[in-house]
Amino acid sequence: MHAIQYEAPTTIEQAVGILSAHGESARPICGGTDILIQLRAGTRQPDYIVDIKRIPELSRISFDPKTGLRLGASVPCIQIFENQIMRQHYPGLTEAAHLIGSLQIQSRASVGGNLCNGSPAADTTPALIALGAVARLIGPKGERQVKAEDFVVSPGRTVIQPGELMVELLIPAPAAHTSDAYLRFIPRNEMDIAVVGVGASITLDGDKCVAARISLGAVAATPLLAAKASQSLAGKKIDAAKIEKAAELAMEQASPIDDMRGTAEFRKHLVGVLTRRTLERAIERARRN
Amino acid sequence: MAKRTSVETIINDDPCEFLCDPRQSLLEVLRDELHLTGTKEGCLTGDCGACTVLVDGRPVCSCLMLGVEARDHKIETIEGLAKGAELHPLQQKFLENASLQCGICTPGFLMSAKALLERIPRPTEADVRYHLAGNLCRCTGYDKIVKAVLEAARESG
Repeated sequence: MHAIQYEAPTTIEQAVGILSAHGESARPICGGTDILIQLRAGTRQPDYIVDIKRIPELSRISFDPKTGLRLGASVPCIQIFENQIMRQHYPGLTEAAHLIGSLQIQSRASVGGNLCNGSPAADTTPALIALGAVARLIGPKGERQVKAEDFVVSPGRTVIQPGELMVELLIPAPAAHTSDAYLRFIPRNEMDIAVVGVGASITLDGDKCVAARISLGAVAATPLLAAKASQSLAGKKIDAAKIEKAAELAMEQASPIDDMRGTAEFRKHLVGVLTRRTLERAIERARRN
Repeated sequence: MAKRTSVETIINDDPCEFLCDPRQSLLEVLRDELHLTGTKEGCLTGDCGACTVLVDGRPVCSCLMLGVEARDHKIETIEGLAKGAELHPLQQKFLENASLQCGICTPGFLMSAKALLERIPRPTEADVRYHLAGNLCRCTGYDKIVKAVLEAARESG
């Protein structure tokens, strides 16, 4: 059996040092809910497992009404939906974190890990894209920031380079009358992988949409920002026809495949339905803010 | 074989030190190294909840956590539930309501239920069903299990 070595650094510098020294053969672990399955299946065979849960900067949630949210990469989902600030300011991301697996999984799995796992169907990634989240990475060559929509490059692959560590996710403070939502379709009530997931964030000025971001999961090789659909709403008075138009544009941008969870045709249809519902939900919340 | 690592932790309120291979899951450590075989292996993918233990009071699938990650954490397993010969109220209610048949899922259900009652001492039926949703039973169905947890909550003071 392939042997591994376990390291549990307590500072970012130590973690980057270990990750840099071992390159592709080192893999960070947060909740472990994906990587332990991959280790058993042999789909990932790292020589070093670097536990990043003991680094304080990665384990905190901090919110400032001006500068926004800093969400540590290893914060488990359960801490997100138990956090009043998260529920109030980022309900869409909170509901996405609440949808991942069972409580047993939510007690361990993190939003940062969900993004780094690079699944096209990750529930929290469309929520992050809708919010305009940016991942802050630190590596041997220094620091860089990558937008959530640019982070996953193909199924299971991300922009993270050997030696790099995701420290936190930076999310802007919501402007007045702004809110977000995330909805997914699964063929059962709970605990399944999204057939389609749609995120939306919207800023209103009365009946007018100031800005919108619509994101799609499980309908392409990576989660994506539905740019045309998002732009179609900006500056417009919101009504049913505008929402319908945005849903149609989102459907055009989806390029799903047929698989065991659904046909491409069904997924396209779902993108339309979910885009409409997610927008309506985000709009209703934004009106209350 | 990797070097075995020494891990200090607390299991069922007792300080504990064990040696393990860094690849071993907490489930494997509990069963194969510490001979605490009450925690069961089910799917090994985090879907069934049979291996549920509490880590710092939170339910966790012990198949999805490395044994080495247990360092400095407080682990609770089914072996810590009864106080000597005295069953925990949840165990007692599971017996009275015949909430088990084959019994493989039972330790996991009991640990999830314990975590629930510590967080919500007076749960609604919806609370119970929600908090036990990560535990699968293929024998009884869930009604008798839910009933047992509700009764245990009602009668615990």
